[in-house]
Amino acid sequence: MQAFNRLTAVTAPLIRANIDTDAIIPSREMKTVSKTGLADGLFAGWRYTHIGGREPNPEFVLNQAAYAGTQALLGGDNFGCGSSREHAVWALAEYGIRAIIAPSFAPIFHSNCVRNGVLPVKLPAVDIAAIAAWVADDPQQNRVSFDLPAQVVRANDQTYHFDLASEPKEMLLEGLDAIDLTQKHAAAIRAFHQADKFARPWIYDIGGP
Amino acid sequence: MSATARSTLFEKLWRQHLVKELPGGVALIAIDRVFLHERTGSIALKSLREAGRPILDPSRVFCTMDHIVDTLPGRGDETRMPGGKAFIVETREAARAAGIHLFDVRDADQGIVHVISPELGIVLPGTTIVCPDSHTCTQGAMGAFAWGIGSTEAEHALATGCLRLSKPKTMRVRFEGRLAPGVTAKDLSLLMISRFGSAGGNGFALEYAGSAVAALDIEARLTLCNMATEFSAVTGFIAPDDKTFAYLKGRRFVPRGAEWERAVAAWRDLRTDEGAVFDAEHVIDVGDLAPMISWGTSPQHAISISEPVPMQAASGASAEAYARAIEYMDVKPGAPLKGLKIDAAFVGSCTNSRLSDLRRAAALLKGQHVAPGVRAICVPGSTSVKRHAEAEGLDKIFKNAGFEWRESGCSMCFFAGGESFGPHERVVSSTNRNFESRQGPETRTHIASPETVVASAIAGQIADARELAS
Ligand code: SF4
Repeated sequence: MQAFNRLTAVTAPLIRANIDTDAIIPSREMKTVSKTGLADGLFAGWRYTHIGGREPNPEFVLNQAAYAGTQALLGGDNFGCGSSREHAVWALAEYGIRAIIAPSFAPIFHSNCVRNGVLPVKLPAVDIAAIAAWVADDPQQNRVSFDLPAQVVRANDQTYHFDLASEPKEMLLEGLDAIDLTQKHAAAIRAFHQADKFARPWIYDIGGP
Repeated sequence: MSATARSTLFEKLWRQHLVKELPGGVALIAIDRVFLHERTGSIALKSLREAGRPILDPSRVFCTMDHIVDTLPGRGDETRMPGGKAFIVETREAARAAGIHLFDVRDADQGIVHVISPELGIVLPGTTIVCPDSHTCTQGAMGAFAWGIGSTEAEHALATGCLRLSKPKTMRVRFEGRLAPGVTAKDLSLLMISRFGSAGGNGFALEYAGSAVAALDIEARLTLCNMATEFSAVTGFIAPDDKTFAYLKGRRFVPRGAEWERAVAAWRDLRTDEGAVFDAEHVIDVGDLAPMISWGTSPQHAISISEPVPMQAASGASAEAYARAIEYMDVKPGAPLKGLKIDAAFVGSCTNSRLSDLRRAAALLKGQHVAPGVRAICVPGSTSVKRHAEAEGLDKIFKNAGFEWRESGCSMCFFAGGESFGPHERVVSSTNRNFESRQGPETRTHIASPETVVASAIAGQIADARELAS
């Protein structure tokens, strides 16, 4: 997994509440059993002029020249709600999005971000609005800086602190694979299963022909 | 009992599965059952195999074909979704290679994951069960800790038998009072989400309780828990009781004999202790609740069938999203939904496609016919539901009324690139999501109970099922 440390990025505002994973990557754009080949389908319903087509909709922020090379998004409340599809984050990451600032994230989406090297930053809506206004003045010049070790975002000479639990922080900083981390506790897991087989045998004796 | 010994049901479930506390407020939680389906599970199996990681205990892993599989009669592996067949074939191969339980396209136990898991007794009270599918919370109705995860987390659960979790906060929502005839669990969900917003449960493990919940049968409880994810809750669940045990007894994967007795004795302790404290608690009086229906493009955009479409965004909700929803759905602020002409009606999905749902819908449909020009579809939630419904003659009632009668699966609950409703078509649907283009490109979905769907299909316009029944 790609680690995340610091990043200064062209940042595009997409401040709508409840941007769901269907909007991030519509079902119809998930065409194969694969984690890649998804960037083209990112925000397809908004980004292209018609469903299934590839003609860019000039009104959509990521299609505007001022936002070329966008690597971060400013979002609304409950970002990433809806279907649990991890394809939403795979599509964002493949497109080049490395960080998302929103007032709140849907829980499954949040943990999918962390598992794929995308930094989810929670900030109050007023701060996001202020950043968006500054960015809009000159998106290519007014880049937002993300500093994960310090847990701050910098924009327009302001510093915004954000909270992130220590585990997701560690995983992002080190680009760690969670399975490897957990397997270090294999002995504890074995011990749990041994005791649990006595306490709750029906969990392990799977009946049924 | 001392104050500190009073625990909520969630705390009990958490403690029972706690393998180890890790630094940073994270815990390793044991996962009892993993369920996969061909849409998202296939990727998890494939990536694990590519990484050379074995599944810790394949006997506790289950997989079904529900999302992409066709629901037209006589189906095989071919699907209307471009590339869909590859998902089915690859999932089958991966499941066989991994040695997990597979409910294949033609299996007598095939069906939508959240319908067949309780039906087969795979989810049991007190289990932790995960699936790379957001509606896994449905299964919390059995007294389980059940939640949706991403594919990478599914790989983690398969390989290690655990997940790394931060402990959610606890919330209890108590529905009190007696539901009026024609008012259902679906209406409870829509009421809660419309009142507290679609992010109202964010960060919480949500226990449903109260007299109205105790009075629900098991299938209705599954409907209620289904939409905890539309409330952004981590999970939703209900303490198991005698109804739960009676429902489960004798099902395919349920313990038998002495082990059953022992399990039931243990399950009786799975309830919130008197006086236990929740991080948040809501009490909702439901005595005068009317059927609910969504007007917009978020589940929080729901009103009672007799109310007009709101004139403005709910307090705290964005005015822009409100305006967009009004425009997308082509509804008028201040005007009633009742009487709006519809193009289609859909009874199906993991929310409302169980035998009791089909029975209630059929009772209203009997001797009636769908209005001209309305396309009406019924998709049973599992092959077993379909079999039972046919044994009771429900299929004939649906078909005689002009409904299509399908094989089981997710079908047109969501648009995967294959079959769909048309652009701007107005659909009344017993599903759980009314997002833009959820059921087809630019399709307008109103979510409601099966009763409302059927009554609207007959009327050719959004209708109040209680008027039909009387
Ligand atoms: S029926 Fe619909 S909501 Fe339920 S699992 Fe299938 S696609 Fe998801």
